[in-house]
Amino acid sequence: MSFLLLLPILIPFITAIIMVLLWSQRQVQRTLSVVGAVGLLVAALSLLYSIWQNGIQAIQLGNWPAPFGITLVADLFSAIMLVMTGLMGLVVAVYSLASIDRPRESFGYYPLLHILLMGVSGAFLTGDMFNLYVWFEVMLIASFVLLALGGERAQIEGAIKYVTLNLLSSALFLAAVGILYGLAGTLNMAHLARILPTLAEPGLVTTVAMLFLVAFGIKAAMFPLFFWLPASYHTPPVAVTAILSALLTKVGVYSLIRVFTLIFVQESGYTHTLILTIAGLTMVTGVLGAVAQTEFRRLLSFHIVSQIGYLLMGLGLFTSLALAGTVYFMVHVILAKSALFLISGVAYYLYRTYNLKQLGSLYRLYPGLSSLFVISAFSLAGIPPLSGFWAKFALVKAGLEVEQYAIVAAALAVSVLTLFSMTKIWAEAFWKDAPEETTLNPAPKLLTGFSPLMVPIVFLAALIVVIGLWAEPVFLLSSQAAEQLLNPTEYIRAVLGGAS
Amino acid sequence: METILAITIGGLYAAGLYMMMRRSIVKLIIGLFLLGHAANLLIFTVSGLTRGQPPLIRPGEQTLTGLFADPVPQALILTAIVIGFGVQAFAVVLIKRAYQAVGTDDLDQIKGTDI
Repeated sequence: MSFLLLLPILIPFITAIIMVLLWSQRQVQRTLSVVGAVGLLVAALSLLYSIWQNGIQAIQLGNWPAPFGITLVADLFSAIMLVMTGLMGLVVAVYSLASIDRPRESFGYYPLLHILLMGVSGAFLTGDMFNLYVWFEVMLIASFVLLALGGERAQIEGAIKYVTLNLLSSALFLAAVGILYGLAGTLNMAHLARILPTLAEPGLVTTVAMLFLVAFGIKAAMFPLFFWLPASYHTPPVAVTAILSALLTKVGVYSLIRVFTLIFVQESGYTHTLILTIAGLTMVTGVLGAVAQTEFRRLLSFHIVSQIGYLLMGLGLFTSLALAGTVYFMVHVILAKSALFLISGVAYYLYRTYNLKQLGSLYRLYPGLSSLFVISAFSLAGIPPLSGFWAKFALVKAGLEVEQYAIVAAALAVSVLTLFSMTKIWAEAFWKDAPEETTLNPAPKLLTGFSPLMVPIVFLAALIVVIGLWAEPVFLLSSQAAEQLLNPTEYIRAVLGGAS
Repeated sequence: METILAITIGGLYAAGLYMMMRRSIVKLIIGLFLLGHAANLLIFTVSGLTRGQPPLIRPGEQTLTGLFADPVPQALILTAIVIGFGVQAFAVVLIKRAYQAVGTDDLDQIKGTDI
């Protein structure tokens, strides 16, 4: 059964290698890209099913026993994230067919997309701190090239900020890994979880934990380290923005959740209160930034930051319900945010601009597209019965249970402001008449029928409705994942074996 | 030996951060390289320095015995150097493209995406 753990890394890898070998065969690459993404999704789903049935699974590469070799391990949380990776890979691969121009396709857009998926899957699967660093770099180098591919001036400017801040974060991450090895003599996460409580210097462990918080915090775009995100995410083609926003910051949040539930839990009174404070500030600054924007994708980019705050809120509260809320929120926000970005891409396809001032009349011309926008936007704001409501409900309830009223108030106020900035997009792009100087794309042939531009959005909106209306199975899954995160005994036993 | 390395690492971090604060993108990238080197040396130093004791299993024995240098940090550094090399090569090409696209290496001029 354990080969299932390898598939989410191997499938995108093999897909990318074949595409590189067929460098000039553009049509073959387009087909392979979709096929590879379907393969990744199927592999992730079967891994999730297998873990749901049999519990946490681990595999030791090269058959070296656990703390010495490199471990791949998947619990429910990893598996859920892998399913989301496969899902987003598929959605973006299909959307790219219609929205990526020829020059980008011939310069290796599709292989890069799959290398990115491989890096993300590796980061979700690895059970070793240094290996996590390596997967981060695989993912980053692919995202650097995807961001800069095309070489437009705005892209290069955005890429410089993105590359600088992410390299800085990698250098910090590497330093933190080194100090952790110096302290504990191991980098296997499960082994660290066993060794760190026995160390004589708990203060040093917390210091290293803070280094990890900063390093992952830059990647997760948390307050006050998020400025690279709204400066760069609106520059590449919208398919790239969608995949970056869906997966990259989430890998940062995943790593934070992993290390602060498994490894650094000795002084949770200090560290998790700090995370909770940061969560509140991230939510508020993100949404305030969004309210001030008039560019479709910049507005959504600030919302990514704001939503990161909700994800961190669950980690900061550190109760079973709160972590379940975070896992559910993760699924919800990846779906809703990607749908919104893809819709902004359709608006760009119609009007050749992302500027909300120059958009308009979309409701009159395309009521179907407008209803898709309403579903995603209401879900993001947390209107029942869509997915965002249940995610926020769980987080707020968890906050009330442990009497953290300040964060609950922030979460509710930010929801209102989220709704406000969504109505701003609605009023500008959909409701008002388009300004006279704006020219509509005269032949929008991609908006009719089953075009690769519309199918992914319809699919995402349907998923948002489904996991909102049938929230219970998804929430059951999230609760199980949260239980595994809070009680890492099974995780440690799966990796190291024996009684713990 | 640890003292000398600690001072070197501190100096590299200081120099790297100083370079990153400058306005030139070339200096920004050099600053990033220095930070990477500082991190590598840091791994080397905090893992404990052992001189003249290579981790080799002596003839006739099954395991390492006595005092020996830990090979794991060296493996980590080797990996990090290779990764750093690739990333730095990309960064150099990126700033060349940036210079071609924007026509300046002044970071203050590269803020078209901030507004």
